[in-house]
Amino acid sequence: MNKPLVSLKDLTVQFTGNRKAKALNQVSFELAQGEVLGLLGESGSGKSVTLRTLMRLHPERTTSIGGSIQVAGQDVLGLKGSALDQYRGAVASMVFQEPGLAFDPVYTIGQQMVEAIRAHEGVDVKTAFTRSLQMLERVQIPQARRRLDSYPHELSGGMRQRAMIAMSLVCRPQLLLADEPTTALDATVQIQILLLLRELQKETGMSVIFVTHDIGAAVEVADRIAVMYAGRIVEMGDVAQVVKQAQHPYTQGLLASTVKASDKGKVLMAVPGSPPNLANLPAGCSFAPRCSHATEKCRQDIPQTVLTGDSSLSCWNPVRMWQDVS
Amino acid sequence: MKTLATETLKTPMTTDFDPQDRGGPAQPLLVVNNLKKHFPVRGGFFAREKKFVHAVDGVSFAVAKGKTLGIVGESGCGKSTTARLIARLMAPDSGSMVFDGDGVAEYGGMALKEYRRNLQMVFQDSFASLNPRMTIVDTIAYGPQVHGMEAEKAMTEARELLSRVGLEPDQFASRYPHELSGGQRQRVNIARALAFHPRMVILDEAVAALDKSVQAQVLNLLQELKAENQLTYIFISHDLHVVHYISDEVMVMYLGQVVEQGPVEKIYSSAAHPYTRALLSAVPSMDPAHRTQHSPLSGDPPNPINPASGCRFCDRCEFTQDVCKSTTPSLKLVQGESEHVVACHMNDQHSGYTRQGAMR
Repeated sequence: MNKPLVSLKDLTVQFTGNRKAKALNQVSFELAQGEVLGLLGESGSGKSVTLRTLMRLHPERTTSIGGSIQVAGQDVLGLKGSALDQYRGAVASMVFQEPGLAFDPVYTIGQQMVEAIRAHEGVDVKTAFTRSLQMLERVQIPQARRRLDSYPHELSGGMRQRAMIAMSLVCRPQLLLADEPTTALDATVQIQILLLLRELQKETGMSVIFVTHDIGAAVEVADRIAVMYAGRIVEMGDVAQVVKQAQHPYTQGLLASTVKASDKGKVLMAVPGSPPNLANLPAGCSFAPRCSHATEKCRQDIPQTVLTGDSSLSCWNPVRMWQDVS
Repeated sequence: MKTLATETLKTPMTTDFDPQDRGGPAQPLLVVNNLKKHFPVRGGFFAREKKFVHAVDGVSFAVAKGKTLGIVGESGCGKSTTARLIARLMAPDSGSMVFDGDGVAEYGGMALKEYRRNLQMVFQDSFASLNPRMTIVDTIAYGPQVHGMEAEKAMTEARELLSRVGLEPDQFASRYPHELSGGQRQRVNIARALAFHPRMVILDEAVAALDKSVQAQVLNLLQELKAENQLTYIFISHDLHVVHYISDEVMVMYLGQVVEQGPVEKIYSSAAHPYTRALLSAVPSMDPAHRTQHSPLSGDPPNPINPASGCRFCDRCEFTQDVCKSTTPSLKLVQGESEHVVACHMNDQHSGYTRQGAMR
């Protein structure tokens, strides 16, 4: 295997401001060039924190970060000043959930894209403008020339998200971080954006980390899926493997509680309880209080992550084991 | 003497049927006729023509007793405005409603106060819809007290409701909304809606903001409560799986109008409107081996300000012909069906559309 583009080792993030929380606990994964990883989890599971840490967006004063992040041979946590500025946008770039909030409302889309290009490359305004126009056309925005002169509020939600994607790709990053890019959109627009992302990824060969809470969206774009719970990756593997043969009880619960056509007229298999408080995590496995297969061991010791090839699992009682027993 | 008379009268009523049920089982619980709401758009000072957002444009439907009507559509199609008009949170520009045989807020009909007690609503944002300065038990007991229930009785009932929706009253009753999780808050909202013993509950995206694992819990709870209290639901959602799961009847809306309505299995197995087809195929596939290859629709929903005449979907429809641009289709029964209606020229033999059955 070639050298991975992204490699996270034992990444631990704690917020130490007014509200204290252990947001990430020893998250490790590797991402190869051209691979799409889907980070799946509920709110508060740490998926957005992972992305924001990769972009170094957390305020340094109130965040303590442990572990290491390597992206394209650079030590991300050690970057400072202009090196960090170059990293953001040119190496790794991010698409946010709310494109309406991520754009600056007082500049046109074109001005913001030109600024982004010129911050990274020494080109004149005209060249930068042409490149912005090409990029907008590439993401299938109709009347791209006119849209360059529009302000963000003049675009519809789907169009704004397309513009956001165009802007994040305009400096040809090697890594695209997409933080729930389709959650705020309608179903018909969501599928358009998912197909567009897949197409652009194939074309540019970039790596993508795609954060979502919607299993369907993850299945549409990802090669691999990592399931997060309470700041840990509890299961990771090939898409087909995670969807068809989930081994962690949480993944199973998540799949079972997603409403499908075949559930009509039946009682849904819900996971009881609610996600734990990140400021005060239980001693053992964080999922143990909600898990129907938890044993004494689960409540005392944090399960170790078992790696087998590309997949990983942290559970004392994986589903396949208790199925064999019964 | 008087008490004896009422007693003898009451006994057969309670055993035979619910005294609340005035219209009998065949009368739909709610009939909505030609509901309209146009919001004026603030134009410039010199704007000659006044513009209107056609949020709800002639919506008519009926909900049978004990059934669930699901309303689906993209954002901006008017589903939430419809809900607010039905709950009378805003007054419609025109149109009428009949609740169990009684006209709502009209002469000789049902008073608005009475209507609201029979019809309650659960909103999408569980936090914004609770008063942050009231404990949850106070919130639930507040409505019945306004309607004349004694404080003590209202409190007891509120605690019973809390335990029914799965929140232990001793532990939760005196908490404030910010001390609860999203799923728990939505349970409080449901309990508050039930405090009036309503006959109909409008659920406006009630589970959309919840995590998947919690969403399933709340859906199960809603199903149980419906069976226990003989409720009728109007369930509004953009999640087609959830609507399929919970509804008996489905209504599809597009730009303020109903484009298709029918029994849930008919809509999901043989949708007759191209827009419904597109909505259904826009759901991400759950099978990594069969990913979606083509997007069923391009572009965003058009602007609802002063829409052009003709079919409102014709700009995005792949089957559009000249007749679609000139004439507005009306809701008509699908051939061979008794309850399945659709507003599409392809369904109408006499519309002048030349490629009948092109979609099939």
